[in-house]
Amino acid sequence: MGLIHNFLDARGTPLEQQRFTWREVNTQPISKLDDDAFTRVRIILMNGIEVDSLRLQHFGARFYKELRAPLAQVRRVEHHQQTTINWLLSSDHSPLETTIAYEQTAIEITAAVAQNEPDPYQAQTYRFGLLEDFDHLYRYAAMLDRLEGKDANNILQSYTDIFPGRPTTDHHRAPSDDLRDHYDSRNADLITKIHAAMITAAEYQTHDYYMNIGPQFADPVARALYAEIASVEEQHVTQYGSLMDPGETFLEKWLIHEAMEAYAYLSCVQQEENPRVRAIWERFLEYEIGHVHLVGELFKKHEGRDPAEILEGPLPETMPFKSQRDFVREVISEEVDLRAHGIDYVPKSQESEATLSYREQMNSDGVPAEEISAGYIWTPGTELARRPGYLS
Amino acid sequence: MENQPKMGMNYTGIKMSPFDSRQQTSASDKHRPDIQGSIERYAKQRQMSVRESERIGSVPIPGSARGTVKTSFEKIKGKNPEVLIDKLGERLAFERTGVRLYDAMIAKAQALGEQEDVVAQLIRIRDDEADHMERVIEAMERMGADSTALTPCADVSGVSSMGLLQVITDPRTTMIQSLSALLTIELTDNAAWELLIELAHEAGHDEIIPPFEQALEQEKEHLRIVNQWMKRGLQVQMIAE
Repeated sequence: MGLIHNFLDARGTPLEQQRFTWREVNTQPISKLDDDAFTRVRIILMNGIEVDSLRLQHFGARFYKELRAPLAQVRRVEHHQQTTINWLLSSDHSPLETTIAYEQTAIEITAAVAQNEPDPYQAQTYRFGLLEDFDHLYRYAAMLDRLEGKDANNILQSYTDIFPGRPTTDHHRAPSDDLRDHYDSRNADLITKIHAAMITAAEYQTHDYYMNIGPQFADPVARALYAEIASVEEQHVTQYGSLMDPGETFLEKWLIHEAMEAYAYLSCVQQEENPRVRAIWERFLEYEIGHVHLVGELFKKHEGRDPAEILEGPLPETMPFKSQRDFVREVISEEVDLRAHGIDYVPKSQESEATLSYREQMNSDGVPAEEISAGYIWTPGTELARRPGYLS
Repeated sequence: MENQPKMGMNYTGIKMSPFDSRQQTSASDKHRPDIQGSIERYAKQRQMSVRESERIGSVPIPGSARGTVKTSFEKIKGKNPEVLIDKLGERLAFERTGVRLYDAMIAKAQALGEQEDVVAQLIRIRDDEADHMERVIEAMERMGADSTALTPCADVSGVSSMGLLQVITDPRTTMIQSLSALLTIELTDNAAWELLIELAHEAGHDEIIPPFEQALEQEKEHLRIVNQWMKRGLQVQMIAE
């Protein structure tokens, strides 16, 4: 694979050569024990991005008959890319362990994005959501420990801290306080558009995952915790989705999404330690560049616009896949008490009546996140290593 | 919640729908499979996967850390010491999950109004399991192994425990149904401690055996108690009005 300097000059694989077999998509999984946690983070991220690609392309087909054929063709490939990627997760990950990995992905990727985002308001939004995903990790870690007797750090591999963030109890806001201001597509940087599409995709996947697995738990507190946190993830999808300019046309959004996919795969290729997995990222990077060109041609044909208007210029600096511990700690110390009122970030005392009333209603029968995590301190080898006695 | 099994409208068997079931069965007999062969094809695919698959993972080398030069097994004697470490990791994981299963069982027993001595006994067994956990940790740390690491057998043990966890934590399952799951745990515990003691001896680590032998004696007692509860509970159900 040659060096890629910008989206428009890279060649990519033509769509008609993007083919699979059932054997190929049914990938050999990674090792939960021996693969680096960031390999798992990349898998989860790219699965989320691919499923969002399907989502976007299905919505487009609902509105644009003339695009249905190319949408269906690209979507079929994206779907099999998604399968290949998602099947990399081995079955010895319990649903709760996978959940820990999902929250690690949310924290580390959102933190990386927040630091790389040039628009200060968008960066603030990522920092705001980050502290809530950070708290989710703490509550789920308590659940994993107290329900299954397992140590979340076997998944986190000491890359990500486990302590309370902005309390989940306070995440529950009225819908009007989850909507954010959006970038102006005419003058926003490409990386701003890429970030918004990426993090929205990641949170949407997380929401859907929790909604799917929540009812599979027999434990009543686990069921309740997933119901609560899935609701917050829906809030996060609302929040991040509202960062995007609704004035962008569908084709513009599709083009940005394909560019985002290529950007994400390139970031994966550059940092993947597992050679078998890296080969998948390399192959799919070429596929996405092919998609970028295909959508670019549709952009010209149907809107009479040049894709260079959106994609011109050098590639944005790729996203780091590494522990963002120091940054996260800094944000917690400075912003954990921040709240939202409309599109503004405000101190606790300035939350809206609508949010206070909604929160009071939702929390009126108890808060699952509080019930499971009361007194919980993460300890290597689980809480039992610190407090082995019954109800101690 | 009722503890006693009751007769009711369970729809799962064919005798609930004799007419529809006859029609369904004759339709299956009439419409032959479109794909020739047998379940053997399934077995062959599985065999292919087993031959092609990588293993679950590896046992961490004592003293190694990310980015550092790996050290040798200095404190561990014998050939293939990773076999013992792997099984110690498994025992630790099983005991740790066992403590949490007993936490769930105690909560259920209290909610169902079980006798105080039953609850007290459950708590004692639970605390024994926590103590067993600590013995394994001590043994591993003495050998220079990382007791917080997930060994391959520990990981697999976690998978096999998931079904037991679902049974015991389900608020709908009765004491007897939950005791059935506990029985599986205690039977496994007994067999596993025996094997571990033999393995430690063969590996030349007799120094870790005495606390394990005490644990095994306690597990025999746990098994006897759980068995007794099961029998008593089933007898009560058999004669209930």
